[in-house]
Amino acid sequence: MISAKPAEEKMLTVSASPHVRSSTTSVRLMLDVIISLCPALIASVIIFGIRALAVTAVTVVSCVLSEYLCRKIMKRSNTIGDLSAIVTGMLLAFNLPSTIPFWIAALGGAVAIVVVKQMFGGIGQNFVNPAITARIILLVSFASAMSDWPVPRQGIFNFGVDAVTGATPLAVMSGSDGEMPSLLNMFLGVRGGCLGETCALALIIGGIYLIARKVISPAVPLSFIGTVAIIMLIAEKGSFSALAYQILSGGLLLGAIFMATDYATSPISFKGKIIFGIGCGIITCLIRIFGSYPEGVSFSIIIMNILVPHIEKLTTPKPFGTPKKEKKVKEAQT
Amino acid sequence: MTSEKNKVIKAVKQVRGGVSVSHHKNTADCEVVRMPNPEKVILPMQQHIGAPCTPTVAVGDKVGIGQLIGDSDKFVSAPIHASISGTVTAIGNIKLPNGNLTQAVTIESDGENRLWEGLEKPVINSKDDFIKAVRTSGLVGLGGAGFPSFIKLSFKPEQNIDTLVVNAAECEPYITVDYRECLDNSWDILSSIDVLSSYFGFKNVVIAVEDNKPEAFKVLSSVAGAGVGKKSKVSLMTLKSKYPQGAEKMMVQSATGRKVPPGKLPADVGCVVMNVGSVAFLSRYMKTGKPLVTRSLTVDGSAIAKPMNVRTPVGTNIGEIIEFCGGFKEDPCKIILGGPMMGQALVSTNHPTCKQNNAILAFAKDDTVLKPERDCIRCGRCAQVCPMSLMPTLITRYTKAKDVESLKQAGINVCMECGSCAFACPAGKPLVQHMRLAKALVREADKK
Repeated sequence: MISAKPAEEKMLTVSASPHVRSSTTSVRLMLDVIISLCPALIASVIIFGIRALAVTAVTVVSCVLSEYLCRKIMKRSNTIGDLSAIVTGMLLAFNLPSTIPFWIAALGGAVAIVVVKQMFGGIGQNFVNPAITARIILLVSFASAMSDWPVPRQGIFNFGVDAVTGATPLAVMSGSDGEMPSLLNMFLGVRGGCLGETCALALIIGGIYLIARKVISPAVPLSFIGTVAIIMLIAEKGSFSALAYQILSGGLLLGAIFMATDYATSPISFKGKIIFGIGCGIITCLIRIFGSYPEGVSFSIIIMNILVPHIEKLTTPKPFGTPKKEKKVKEAQT
Repeated sequence: MTSEKNKVIKAVKQVRGGVSVSHHKNTADCEVVRMPNPEKVILPMQQHIGAPCTPTVAVGDKVGIGQLIGDSDKFVSAPIHASISGTVTAIGNIKLPNGNLTQAVTIESDGENRLWEGLEKPVINSKDDFIKAVRTSGLVGLGGAGFPSFIKLSFKPEQNIDTLVVNAAECEPYITVDYRECLDNSWDILSSIDVLSSYFGFKNVVIAVEDNKPEAFKVLSSVAGAGVGKKSKVSLMTLKSKYPQGAEKMMVQSATGRKVPPGKLPADVGCVVMNVGSVAFLSRYMKTGKPLVTRSLTVDGSAIAKPMNVRTPVGTNIGEIIEFCGGFKEDPCKIILGGPMMGQALVSTNHPTCKQNNAILAFAKDDTVLKPERDCIRCGRCAQVCPMSLMPTLITRYTKAKDVESLKQAGINVCMECGSCAFACPAGKPLVQHMRLAKALVREADKK
């Protein structure tokens, strides 16, 4: 060995390149989702009363606690700091009626985190959306409590579980008895429904925030809602007001903006996202038009979640410069 | 008439992916300072991609600046020359910053800074003479990769090379030596382009500059406007400043819209890409016959007392260069050879510089903290930013499963380790490390 200048510096840090990183972190992304859900949360309290907030608090606490205990029992690192359990809790609450008994809400949170998320390996590994799956499990298990839609405007501090209930606009459209709210009320969310799904204005504000912060790509929401719009326009024989009711009712906006864009359960590539969104839209319409359930958003998302690996396989981009056909390479050379 | 021939163009095609990194071009206004020759240089025999050289001198030999001290009979290689005058005092193995062992020749200075008597201006009458001269000059790609330059020019007529891209993008943060080359030696650059075009008949010559360097653009276009480079159709191309805009394949796509297929070189789609520093060097070499024995480096970073651009003999000790730049003003925590995106972190400053190095960066503790690693949330940012359309998150999974077949299908060998994926990853995954692991797996499997 050739002796060079003797080293006298302190121990240096050595790591693989790159030596700089962007400021985006998983925690910041989750925080952005939480922020984007806040307008809808505030709207739900105004519309359905303080019980909406109480239900949300119950599911959030249940989710975070489940995640903590579950990881502890499985002897894994504590991950509640990544805030994803809070997001799941909020989204689950948004999919429940504000009149839901607290214990059912808490059970839903535990199911979402333990069964759907942690049993498949935790964040990024679940193949279906935890909040939606928990909602569907609750819907099947507690059908009446889950479709006990409170009528809005009972005053913010109404804690009563036995509030007056009525049919949702979608149920009315499907033939149930009830009165349709005006389009303005639909837009502002003054209608029956799950606590976080009704206020279109708040959901759209949240969606714009997420897109502006580059947390989600607009590909899924736009293709999802666009597909529903086109099919419903045909099904409603060109009536734009009926179309507007279809878009604003049910959980379409909540699902398209916040649930179908879930990182773990939607495709990564742009093409895949478009296919995913269109698929969600088609299934939603099929259920709304032909199904016995009035609402199909949750089912459509969960079905498309399951198809994601296949969509992914079809839409993985080819590595840079991979020749499509022999001809093209020759063209490029001449 | 010249204004007609020298045109300003935008990129033919916007390249995919990439990330926005803070530029930190702190030394942009620092003219290159010539560091006094050191008392000793160590010249590794591997300063390029390809076969290492064998020393052509023995211990005790007297050498002059520019004298050949190492060469190889393999095709992919570049000769190495003495960068100071003095006596060869040792020939032995040293460890390169990447951990590889290589032979190196140590020269102790006689303080005379004497040029080798045998230096001659190259006599060039034909294309082959030119290529031979480029080989003799010891020139390698000065952008960082160190690919022997004469090989880029040894293309066959049937490859229909029509475009020369002069790469002045310098998309790595901090580094400003190419920028200084544009400002200070623009005449060299354009006259070199004239010579290259006359021998190789390039139909188009594109000088690519990122739009965060308007000064370089101005100087180059004024020199071009004065008639230098008029023999060839020189166009100045502005690129959106985005990392890794200056990567070779990206350059080709920006300049011509063509895509270099996996495993192929720019020459396979009719292009030659050369770093602006390499082009400028050629002009100087043709005039003087002095081979590549000095190198401009940007010395910067939060721990460096006086950030500046320095010109040093190849083989100068990195620690001595840092001392010349005022030493450290804070305890260095990480020292990088090259840029922060692709550079190599050093274990010690006790290494000689090589021809292809372009920066020494030293950072204090606060600037070296990376975000903590968390689980992948499958957000897809790595795939979005990958200029090569790869899916780093999938490749990581295949690597864990040791699935070599899937790795090959996923195009792992197209990865150029630009670091965009790891930069963008919100979970702080060391994705470049994963890519390298994947490549190693594939290499190992191919050996069997």
